[in-house]
Amino acid sequence: MAQRNSPAHHDIAALEKTPTGILGLDQISGGGLPTGRTTIVCGGPGCGKTMLGLEFLVRGATEFNEPGVLIAFEETPEEMARNVASLGFDLKDLARRKKLSLDFVYLEPSEIQETGEYDLEGLFIRLQHAVDSVGAKRVMLDTLEALFSGFSNPGILRAEIRRLFRWLKQKGLTTVVTAEKGDGTLTRHGLEEYVSDCVILLDHRIREQISTRRMRIVKYRGTKHGADEYPFLIDENGMSVLPVTSMELQHKVSNQRVPTGVPDLDDMLEGKGYFRGSSVLISGAAGCGKTLLAASFAEATCKRGERCLFIGFEESMDQITRNVKSVGIDFEPFVKKGLLVHRAWRPTQYGMEMHLLRIHKLIETYKPSNIIIDPITNLITASTEKDVHSMLMRLMDFLKEKGVTSVFSSLSKIGEIAESEVGISSLIDTWVLLRYTELFGKRHRGLFVLKARGMAHSPELREMLITSQGIKLGPADALLAYRDREREPQLDHQAAVSKSVRSKGNRRTAGLTRRSSRGAR
Amino acid sequence: MKKNSREPAAWADNHFQLRLYVAGQTPKSLAALSNLKRICATHLEGRYRIEVIDLMKNPQLAQGDQILAIPTLVRSLPKPIRKIIGDLSDTERVLVGLDLRGLQVRNAEKNAGA
Repeated sequence: MAQRNSPAHHDIAALEKTPTGILGLDQISGGGLPTGRTTIVCGGPGCGKTMLGLEFLVRGATEFNEPGVLIAFEETPEEMARNVASLGFDLKDLARRKKLSLDFVYLEPSEIQETGEYDLEGLFIRLQHAVDSVGAKRVMLDTLEALFSGFSNPGILRAEIRRLFRWLKQKGLTTVVTAEKGDGTLTRHGLEEYVSDCVILLDHRIREQISTRRMRIVKYRGTKHGADEYPFLIDENGMSVLPVTSMELQHKVSNQRVPTGVPDLDDMLEGKGYFRGSSVLISGAAGCGKTLLAASFAEATCKRGERCLFIGFEESMDQITRNVKSVGIDFEPFVKKGLLVHRAWRPTQYGMEMHLLRIHKLIETYKPSNIIIDPITNLITASTEKDVHSMLMRLMDFLKEKGVTSVFSSLSKIGEIAESEVGISSLIDTWVLLRYTELFGKRHRGLFVLKARGMAHSPELREMLITSQGIKLGPADALLAYRDREREPQLDHQAAVSKSVRSKGNRRTAGLTRRSSRGAR
Repeated sequence: MKKNSREPAAWADNHFQLRLYVAGQTPKSLAALSNLKRICATHLEGRYRIEVIDLMKNPQLAQGDQILAIPTLVRSLPKPIRKIIGDLSDTERVLVGLDLRGLQVRNAEKNAGA
């Protein structure tokens, strides 16, 4: 009798896998679907089952030189071709070029009378014929369970489906079978009982009116696979799955520095600027110049000939372009040259995963060296703080892996650090804080570097001047000198006002208002 | 024109054009063919034509008549198309499937009316 741990048992080669070509899916499945075996893709209506299968076939035919067969039970090939035309898949053309064989199985129970013994040999013959006609390596059966409504004898049907799966395996065809999700079961008719190699569950849920698609590999015999639920997106390029937690803090760090776009701020950071690939948070109250500071960084990036991705959650590109012109930054030539890529969308437009996925895709597509997200605080309006935190963590990990320098702006209350910022501060390498300081009846913008990992940064609080030639920082001692003189805390507005009245006499000596008013002009 | 005008008239009302799809000489297929011959001889004497299509030899023909189950009997005339699957061992159901009784009744009514 064969022993459990016989040597032969150990010699079995690792399971061979067939890449789907679907972004992210091959990553979470450790290389794709099991070669020569059947995978069940199940889920509710509209969850993307057919899309997954079709992309598997199309990518196989176009990218991996593996022709495919599509047997459609529910939609005609014409309908299907139309459905996927928007994704740039031309099924008809692939069929003409003998890369794909399309067969539509029409089942109308009312036209069929059953009398006596039968089998589904006709289906096998059609399948074999289709496979032979293109030399197929991949097969998709969509939706096989339609058979259950076409034939009334479940005994024959089950035996034949079992035979079909055996047959597919024997022929070494890598197959995707789609199935409708049942009530409390993975598939309505229990197909997963027949196929035990790989089962993928898709899900489309709406939470707080925001839709998220998710995918989970329920089962993948003989292989390690991601067990989490992975969000995925279907857009004009097909399907993309986002691996959520493959992160193992192993990214290489760079010692290279990138200028901040504000020479005075560079001076505060050892005269060199941020670390390449690090994450930067610019936080501050409304109107204190966060976007301008981020835009300065974008400009410096583009001037070096590197690409910058600017994601706006608050303002359109036009609006930002107009606003930064006032400080002498002209984005237009960079946009034309493709160095500045700007995308703006509403934080409430998607769930967190979708935001993350979109950003992922933009980064994969444009390969920018920097990314600016302005502002991240707006995301909180679209979700819970916990979700935002987890999304940012994943995003930052991803950016670090790719070596992309990231700058996030964050809106906080005047003079305060927002609670959400405390949450993400551990993820941030360099934190630039902007705040208002009231002096002599005027407000002044103050800037300081709250933290800067890995470098000796200046502890000074500097006045930030917004000039037509960009952002400048006032002399190091101006605000500090003032603060040293006025020891008491100034949290109270009343106190601040009375203080500014009291110190009117010092206006000349402080010399600050003059400079700042000149700067503002 | 002559031929065409004669043929449909001959087939239209009470003649049956039947196609039996099989896949090789399996017991089920053989049973279906002998059952069909018997039923036709009894109920359709002189008014039927049987064509046997072996999908093992002509797999491409399965698509046209949407054949999945084997054996499948297709009544292509009179219209509409009807399908009966199985070895045709249940004569009563075959007659129902071919709508033989229904046609007979309708034809009788039609003749009476004329």
